[in-house]
Amino acid sequence: MKAQSAPSDHPDGDGGRQIVPDFNRTASVGLDRSRETMRRIMQMSLAYRRQAGLAILCTILGVLAQLTIPLLLGRAVDQAQTALTAGGGTAQLLPVALMLLAMSVLRGLLTMGQNFFAESVGHHLARQIRAMVYDKIQRLPFSFHDRVHSGELITVGMLDVEGVRMFFSTGFIRLIHLVLLIGIGGWLLISTDPALGLLALCFVPFAAWRSIVSHLTLRATWLVLQEKLAVLSRVMEENLAGIRVVRAFSAQLYEMAKFDGASKTALELAHRRVRIRVTNSSAMSLSFFLAMALVLLVGGRQVANGTTGIGALTSVLTFMTILQMPVRQLGMMVNSFARASTCGTRIFTLLDLEPVIADAPGAPELKITDGTLRFENVSFSFDPDSGPKALDDISFEARRGETIGIIGAPGSGKSSLVHLIPRFYDATSGRVTIDGQAVNEVTLASLRKAVAVVQQDSFLFTTTIENNVAYGDPATADHRLHAASGSAQLHDYVTGLPEGYGTVVGERGGSLSGGQRQRLSIARSLLLDPAIMIFDDSTAAIDAGTEARLRTAMQERAPDRVTLIIAHRLNSLKHADRILFLEEGRIVESGTHEKLIALGGRYAELHVLQMGSAEESAA
Amino acid sequence: MSTMQQQPQDYSADAPVGSRLRATVGSTRIEEDIFGRAFDGRIMSRLWAFVAPYRSRVIVAVIAVLIFTATQLAIPLIIRYAVDYGIAPARDSGLDMSHLGRAVALFVAVVIANAIANLIQERVVGDLAENVLFDIRRAMFGHLQRVSLSFMDKTEVGRLMSRLQGDVNSMQEFLETSVMAVGDFALLIGIVVAMLWLDVQLGLLVLSVLPILFIVRIFWIKKARDAFMAAHQSNSIANGALAEAIHGVRAVQSMGREELNLGLYSRLADRVLSTHIHAARLAQIMVPIVDTLTGIAMALVILVGGSMVVSGRLEIGGIIAFLFYIQRFFDPIRSLTLQYSVMQRAMASGHRLIEVLDVPKAITDKPDAEPLTEADDGSVEFRNVVFGYNPDEPVLRDVSFRVNTGETVALVGPTGSGKSSAMALVHRFYDVQDGAVLVGGRDVRDVTQDSLGHHIAMVLQEPYLFTGTVIENIRYSTEHASVDQVIEASKAVGAHDFIMRLPEGYDTLLDERGGNLSQGQRQLLSFARALVADAPILILDEATANIDSYTEMQIQKALQRLLEGRTGLIIAHRLATIRGADRIIVLQKGSVIESGNHDALMARDGLYAGLYNLNHGSFDDLGTPSDPNLAS
Repeated sequence: MKAQSAPSDHPDGDGGRQIVPDFNRTASVGLDRSRETMRRIMQMSLAYRRQAGLAILCTILGVLAQLTIPLLLGRAVDQAQTALTAGGGTAQLLPVALMLLAMSVLRGLLTMGQNFFAESVGHHLARQIRAMVYDKIQRLPFSFHDRVHSGELITVGMLDVEGVRMFFSTGFIRLIHLVLLIGIGGWLLISTDPALGLLALCFVPFAAWRSIVSHLTLRATWLVLQEKLAVLSRVMEENLAGIRVVRAFSAQLYEMAKFDGASKTALELAHRRVRIRVTNSSAMSLSFFLAMALVLLVGGRQVANGTTGIGALTSVLTFMTILQMPVRQLGMMVNSFARASTCGTRIFTLLDLEPVIADAPGAPELKITDGTLRFENVSFSFDPDSGPKALDDISFEARRGETIGIIGAPGSGKSSLVHLIPRFYDATSGRVTIDGQAVNEVTLASLRKAVAVVQQDSFLFTTTIENNVAYGDPATADHRLHAASGSAQLHDYVTGLPEGYGTVVGERGGSLSGGQRQRLSIARSLLLDPAIMIFDDSTAAIDAGTEARLRTAMQERAPDRVTLIIAHRLNSLKHADRILFLEEGRIVESGTHEKLIALGGRYAELHVLQMGSAEESAA
Repeated sequence: MSTMQQQPQDYSADAPVGSRLRATVGSTRIEEDIFGRAFDGRIMSRLWAFVAPYRSRVIVAVIAVLIFTATQLAIPLIIRYAVDYGIAPARDSGLDMSHLGRAVALFVAVVIANAIANLIQERVVGDLAENVLFDIRRAMFGHLQRVSLSFMDKTEVGRLMSRLQGDVNSMQEFLETSVMAVGDFALLIGIVVAMLWLDVQLGLLVLSVLPILFIVRIFWIKKARDAFMAAHQSNSIANGALAEAIHGVRAVQSMGREELNLGLYSRLADRVLSTHIHAARLAQIMVPIVDTLTGIAMALVILVGGSMVVSGRLEIGGIIAFLFYIQRFFDPIRSLTLQYSVMQRAMASGHRLIEVLDVPKAITDKPDAEPLTEADDGSVEFRNVVFGYNPDEPVLRDVSFRVNTGETVALVGPTGSGKSSAMALVHRFYDVQDGAVLVGGRDVRDVTQDSLGHHIAMVLQEPYLFTGTVIENIRYSTEHASVDQVIEASKAVGAHDFIMRLPEGYDTLLDERGGNLSQGQRQLLSFARALVADAPILILDEATANIDSYTEMQIQKALQRLLEGRTGLIIAHRLATIRGADRIIVLQKGSVIESGNHDALMARDGLYAGLYNLNHGSFDDLGTPSDPNLAS
């Protein structure tokens, strides 16, 4: 992660600028950053005091219970041995057997507690972080979302949360478990028989080292493999989505070659990972068993010498089998640390971002009185430091009841202009005011209630048409909802559907055509009854006849609001009270349709271009 | 979730009485089955076809896993030998260490064999599973290149992707675990046999706890699986809601839904929490059960085995061996029951994979199909063509027309009139039901599809760009095209200038779907792509989108250049295009109803004249406004 995304470097409200985090997935995290991340994860985890405390307590007691088992087994063997050699009953075996049973049950219960409470901490933490990420994403401004790919954010919200969630149980608690096991167990072993104890532990450093190295290598190759697989899945996804192009150019062989190329590198990497995993796991097993062979040899000699009991040898051997698994899993723990640190850093980088577009402290609500919109020498640029100006010194005024048309070539700043009104972006200089109140000095909620924008490609939510229309006012009354979709020329279509307003539409619009989607999004905005209504080229897919009826329907409420229309079709603008012609961010012509035609400038030229071939068809 | 709609009071204090809160986040779409029947012979035999090429490796892996299991089983026995024949006698009768030495040597030999067998087994199985995974994926991907387009139209890309990825991956998991399952099974049997061999009575006694575990686990696994499913589902619902919030963030913010959505999402997150806690509880409940049973078994060995030692029936090493076996004893049972779930999951996935592989290839070359060559002309002819995606509902009825080499013909007609279907037939995306489509004077069914593809260049309504550089996109599958040819084509369609203004010119990487280009620019690139392909026939589905007038002019110019010296068949929406055509064919409900040039058709005063007069400046919405299904 680059230093620029550190929280201390935050922008100071200079327009729409937002420092964009670098969500590079293979980048390594600096040590300081990593330590800070782990500190925060631990702090948040330990805040679930009861569960975290119980998890730690169960872990400690569980290790103790677990360690008694080899001792009890050893004692049982010794007692059986004594009974054999010295004669006497087997009655004394009963307490040992019962103790063993009791300790097994206890160990089971404590292990259950350890795992359950540790996972519980993780799930609670994930619940908390999920909501924080969701909230943050919703509040970061357009400029942030323009620059950060949606896929990156989804990965943060899914995989990274998962990485942090797993840490407490698979990293922290298991580490405590292992440290206690080796510490107490090793001490017990060495204090009873130093030579045998050391031999029994001799595989630990080697296995731990291989485990850590192999997991870190596996993690590194995993990240690369993920990249390769992403390429492969992009090749497949683009092929399937563009299958008509593929067929049209008879490009099947070409596409198969692309697929094979992408798959070959991924496959090679996958084989490499198998090799790393297998070699290391075999080496770890071998080291463990060779240590056992040494214990058997040396311990056997000691038993034969009489310096050690056969029970003690049994204890040592059983202890080794208990220790084996956690040691082999040491790599997993290290892996869990590494994963939590990179995942956590990405999450915190996101959470630490402060939305540059937010309510000013103590901002009042917007009060609509006359309903007058004013631009006062407004300039705007997406990147205030170096970028070109998207808007340059724009001034105009629109009063309640007026319709303002905006036209201009792509990139001339039409959308930027209207996006400043609901504060999707902030002006770099100048003021946008509504009834004298600057938009950046009132609350966002009240501002956006007063200003509705119908976007060019309307996003529909995967739910019913009803819920989509009511999106901005879910508690609205049925008649208002129907009236809004009636004005948007949608109602008749919807009632003709088998499931009417209950029809589910999807993000991609499902069964709706482009024009129907646009009408739905118009209905959604109309329902809010805004003081300022903006159409951002949002009637392009609606046929001319429907558009005319739409216009008529909207005229009813037009006296109560300011309407801004961006369009390419001059037909959509002809009726405007004023038309602003934008070129490279400046208003170059302004006036009514007739006035601009008479002016004989750019607008008139465009008019000739559009109508020239259709003069007889103009309605 | 439906439960959310019933609790409006939380978020809308000012809601009118009796109204509902019409708000949800995310989709509630039900997921596909995760588990299938544990065993389905038909699916297995189909899947075996992918494993069969690696048959010899499977045999090696199974042998290795059996050796591995045998060495695992041998270890407690060697320890027993060491104790009973090496250590105890040596202690009791002088220091003869030869038995112990022999035992340890044997032990070392066995553990080395164990490591080697493990190495071979895991390596072979791991590699094999990866290979099979890629083979299956390749077979499916290759198959999808040839299946009928109507299947592709009906099927969401996301759904196919989850087949190609999720389902294929669960097959990999299945392959890896099924070889392990052989080992686990052998281990379980081996432990049983070894215990009975050590002492029948004690062995039977210890084994009596086994059925208890089996019974408990059978009851448990069903509950655990339900819990796991619920957790999985709640998780994917919440993730869906998050994805929606990200994609729709602009709509969310402009409608001021942040607060409400956070509340709704929090409930989804709560549900994720509660289902996962429940699943964790169920998963962990098995731990004390297994430990208790282990404890009982160990206690039995000590009590009963201890008295057997005293009575001389069993050596002390025998007890140690028993204790070792007991500790390993539950592992194979645990992993076998887990593998049962893996197997069920694999069957469900396998079923879906086979479904894809079984989608018929609608169009195949005839065995004696010949290639179209440059010698064939650029004419297109429809002879009494009848065609429908569903045979009972023809979309083209008895359509006949001919386009001569070099002619430009515009197809117009309302939505659903069959224009696009007619175009698709020229390229043989589908086969006619009756009649024939001829290209270059030859029935498209008699020529190879590949050569047909090179005889026809096609420009689709929506320009489609791939991730890659500009030059890769223009060249696309015409790989032999030189850089000069690409530049020449781009100049011809008027794309060269804007390409040169991109940061790295022709080597500029395009964003996903060409997101860094305007709609018009993407259109021009797809024109250049068709020009580079340099086919005698051009089929073009004109974009309906409203493009600004400047770009529109550029596109018209490019189109003229594209049509030079070629046969052109255009689904036209633009007046300029239609007027420039040599002939206009008007389709309605799958039949040709008018045909002729613009003036002739206007003079006829039929459907064309009507549509033409209705339209305002562009020709894109030919639906009659009175019909809500056709409008827009």
